[in-house]
Amino acid sequence: MNSPGLQIRQSSASLHGDTGQRKMPVVSKYIDTSTCIGCKACEVACQEWNDLGNVDTKQVGSYQTMPQLNADFWNLIKFNEQTLTDGGFAWLMRKDQCMHCADPGCLRACPAPGAIVQYENGIVDVNPDACIGCGMCATGCPFDVPKYHKESGKMAKCTLCVDRVDVGLEPACVKACPTGCLHFGTKDDMRALADQRVDQLRANGLAQAAVYDPPGVGGTTVVTVLAHGDHPEWYGLPRDPHVPTGMRFWKSVLRPVGFIAMAAAVFGAIGHYLSYGPKKPKEDESGPAAL
Amino acid sequence: MASLAATFGRGAMTNGWVDIKNTDVVLVMGGNPAENHPCGFKWAIEAKKTRNAKIVSVDPRFTRTSAVADLYAPLRPGTDIAFLYGIIKYALDHKRFHEDYVKIHTNAPFIVGERYSFNDGLFAGFDGAKKEYDKANWNYEPDPKTNSYQVDPTLQNPRCVFQLLKKHVERYTPEMVEKICGTPKDQFLKVAEVVTSTGNAERAGTILYALGWTQHSTGVQIIRTAAMLQLLLGNVGRPGGGVNALRGHSNIQGATDIAGTFEILPGYLATPRGGLNNLTEYLEKVTPTTLNKQSWTTMNYWSNYPKLAVSLLMALYGKSATKENDWNYQLLPKVDGNYSWMYIFDDMYRGKSKRAGGEESGPEGFITFGMNPVGIGPNSDKMIAALSKLKWMVVVENVEIETAAFWKAPKDQYQTPDAKDIPTEVYLLPASGFCEKDGTFTNSARWMQWKWKAIDPPGQSKTDQEIVSRMFLAVRDLYRKEGGALPEQVTSVTWNYTNPINPDLDEVLKDINGKALVDIKDKDGKLVKAAGQQLDNFAQIMDDGTTMCGNWLHTGVYSSAGNNAKRRNNADPTGLGMFHEWGFSWPANRRIMYNRASADADGKPWDPTRPGIVWNGEKWVGDVPDFKPDSPPGQFGAFIMLPEGVARLYAAALNDGPFPEHYEAMEAAGDNPLHPKVTSNPVGVRFSSDKDKYGTASDFPIVCTTYRLTEHYHYWTKHHGNGRLNEVQPGFFVEIPEGLAKEKGISNGGQVKVTSARGSITGVAMVTKRLHQMQIGGKQVWHVGVPLHWGFMGAAGHTGPLANKLTPTVMDANTWTPEYKTFLVKIEKAEGGVA
Ligand code: SF4
Repeated sequence: MNSPGLQIRQSSASLHGDTGQRKMPVVSKYIDTSTCIGCKACEVACQEWNDLGNVDTKQVGSYQTMPQLNADFWNLIKFNEQTLTDGGFAWLMRKDQCMHCADPGCLRACPAPGAIVQYENGIVDVNPDACIGCGMCATGCPFDVPKYHKESGKMAKCTLCVDRVDVGLEPACVKACPTGCLHFGTKDDMRALADQRVDQLRANGLAQAAVYDPPGVGGTTVVTVLAHGDHPEWYGLPRDPHVPTGMRFWKSVLRPVGFIAMAAAVFGAIGHYLSYGPKKPKEDESGPAAL
Repeated sequence: MASLAATFGRGAMTNGWVDIKNTDVVLVMGGNPAENHPCGFKWAIEAKKTRNAKIVSVDPRFTRTSAVADLYAPLRPGTDIAFLYGIIKYALDHKRFHEDYVKIHTNAPFIVGERYSFNDGLFAGFDGAKKEYDKANWNYEPDPKTNSYQVDPTLQNPRCVFQLLKKHVERYTPEMVEKICGTPKDQFLKVAEVVTSTGNAERAGTILYALGWTQHSTGVQIIRTAAMLQLLLGNVGRPGGGVNALRGHSNIQGATDIAGTFEILPGYLATPRGGLNNLTEYLEKVTPTTLNKQSWTTMNYWSNYPKLAVSLLMALYGKSATKENDWNYQLLPKVDGNYSWMYIFDDMYRGKSKRAGGEESGPEGFITFGMNPVGIGPNSDKMIAALSKLKWMVVVENVEIETAAFWKAPKDQYQTPDAKDIPTEVYLLPASGFCEKDGTFTNSARWMQWKWKAIDPPGQSKTDQEIVSRMFLAVRDLYRKEGGALPEQVTSVTWNYTNPINPDLDEVLKDINGKALVDIKDKDGKLVKAAGQQLDNFAQIMDDGTTMCGNWLHTGVYSSAGNNAKRRNNADPTGLGMFHEWGFSWPANRRIMYNRASADADGKPWDPTRPGIVWNGEKWVGDVPDFKPDSPPGQFGAFIMLPEGVARLYAAALNDGPFPEHYEAMEAAGDNPLHPKVTSNPVGVRFSSDKDKYGTASDFPIVCTTYRLTEHYHYWTKHHGNGRLNEVQPGFFVEIPEGLAKEKGISNGGQVKVTSARGSITGVAMVTKRLHQMQIGGKQVWHVGVPLHWGFMGAAGHTGPLANKLTPTVMDANTWTPEYKTFLVKIEKAEGGVA
């Protein structure tokens, strides 16, 4: 687990969550695509901090490092040469990574108890000790983020550097970004910053500028400023992402059943199930998460 | 930097990185700072966010900088002068220039002599046989009454600089810009409108450029045109303004300051020529005389030449330099002819050289330190062939670069001689990286900042100073033991370091700063400096042997207060990002050069919200002023290094004309639409060995440019097998516009072969919408680009072709910079793997 210092708000295949929490603001990463220069400092910082393996990339005719995120590559600038509707041209660059949805489809989809957790500060994380590598989370993610890591047999994705955040540091990508198009803070502050930047872009004639913070997933902890907000797909973002209906159902009705079944089936997960347990309300107001 | 020195007096970024945040308009041309200077470029982004500044990107390619620009316009490579002149004409026609500024801070009122003319692409005084101008034809008109020059403060005289400029740019209409540059007229006009919005007191604009301007046969004149534009707009010397040369390496400014090239000594003093027999003759030749013109007198700071030169000689030769022996001036190496490195390689290749001294043999040995000539030099095959003729070569480097391994260049791609035919003995000395040694970096903004060693160099690698010292001491020992021709040149050099084989750089910096050699008293007998004390500023430098100073420009960096390069106080009372207690900024810790020009004749700032310096009735406050803080407005002009005291819209100092003019590249894609008989720079330099082949547009119809990528550092990154940077930019490619790819049947990710008159390289095609076909005077011209980071050395899987196999050995006439940015090629689809 990346963050022993944070309480869990919700957890996959578990009833645990929502109660007995300290009040902690949701944290957020702000990405302003309109001032990103695609320098990939964030890509390298992510690789270094998280000590990820080397991906054997090839030059295939693009500035983009690889076609999509990889279990060993959690932060990818997506480049797109876009002809605009008015005949103009833009070279769009967007930092792609886990969006840390408020209502995470991965967490809903995951059948292994405690394999995906959402901390009290909103960060969504994979717990490799509980992950069974079944890949269900990927099917639940509207952004195609979690990837299967062959060597470890687990799912892997951006942790929003929860280990850094936990000790008061910003994520590695934010630290490395030379232009300041990345910021880190509370969701409220980052959303305000994004709204302000969008106002500026609109005042400068980009009427279609918008903040990407889609309600279908309860909003994302990563807020993204798009100069062409009317075309999120130009940036490789779904127009209206939401947790698949099946998943919703799974969570609200079937999940307890599901997780009991899984708990029985998955030997290695039993301990975790027990320690998470179906918790009693207000059990642990102040102490660390029960891990 | 020759153009900035000729225009403003000093060859360096006028403002600084942080100051870019104070601007209203950022014109980026001849550079791609988002790619090559991402950390500095943050200040442009800052201006955009906090001041709603506009970033304007004008570039043949739609670059990473263009991606975040508010306005982009394409232009054909090498046509920047026409584009900038178009803006100048627009500013003059629409009265969108800062007239008050132009009148007091530039030479616009100066009257030019009758001998100046410009006809059909040539200025007066052209000698076709020598391919040289006689610059005496371009002088100002003398004024017998004042023993100086005539001026017309009203700017009406038809021979005044202002009117001559107006006439000169008449031809550069928006239509002509479109015809030459290929920039659609409406796009050009949009750029002109935004850029000239700063031609007044209220607004300020900056220009950022880099090697995309320097590396042309007209490079110096392109930069001059930009400097002229900024003078007309009143943007020089002001916070948020300037002509900002972005230096690509952490210490390239420092290297230039300390004598980076053959024609200068430390502090930009001129290297003496053979004909100047003694110090008096040298000083007479190099010290400019004052032109007392304008409403104020000029400081003409170079009148201090004797002090700077004598103190440098004292630093070099110590006790052995005396008044009687002309401070050992005789021992300074003299140059006759051009020893710029293209010439050295030409000599090396031909095995002989011809200079003022007559015919001599070519060099037999070569030391290359922190440089990879086989990689960065034009026409790689000529570089390899040249090194193949040496007896010995010493390469000091961190990795086995192409230069060290030139004899291994694969024969299927390079014309490498057989190893048995190469007599060159190569010594590769392991150097240490920047974090493995102490020292200073002098950044683009002229800030000298100390850095501390983080780790020890690995294995047997040594620091630069130890390698140089060991070489020097060994050579000196040989001269002491065996004598030889003029041994005193080496044996007289002073070397007073505590540890002579590995001098502490703190001690070296002290020498660079300079110190008093004896007790120095003022005229009242009061002690100013005790013997051995560090100098505090260059006003304390003496011409009588009582001070020594390794580089007058850096004086103040290690003052009696200590090593100021180590200062790290980020207090910023002006709020303008000047940070006077952070490191040390030459000259005199001044953060914005020519800051006197940030104020009007009375010393009031043009824009009170962004004052550079302000006259408060008693002294100048704000930044460190260009001159003594208590010299009142009206006493000195802002441009103290020029004898005129004002900046030059018209500069008779450069080799290719007092005004810039549009010339096509030496390998021209077509005739010059302005004067087809003089298509290329008439004084641009070509070479004539059998390896110097030049192409024509009929055989090589496509224009090619080389450039760098943000993911790579030079030729080093590819040596890291599992390096993260290779992961994020894995290999060589050729950028090709979609239409051309279609024409040639080349698909994205497929193989393409690029051929110039020098040879061919093959690589992955990157088919893109970011490059365009350009309409040039009715003709269609395609443009492709290749990044330069690859070569035949490096980790397995990360090698690639040298982009410079394609580039020609042609050069600018002032700085001898090769024309890497515009040359001719043809392309075709290729089969097989990456070459
Ligand atoms: S580091 Fe910042 S500017 Fe660079 S690619 Fe990442 S987000 Fe963009």
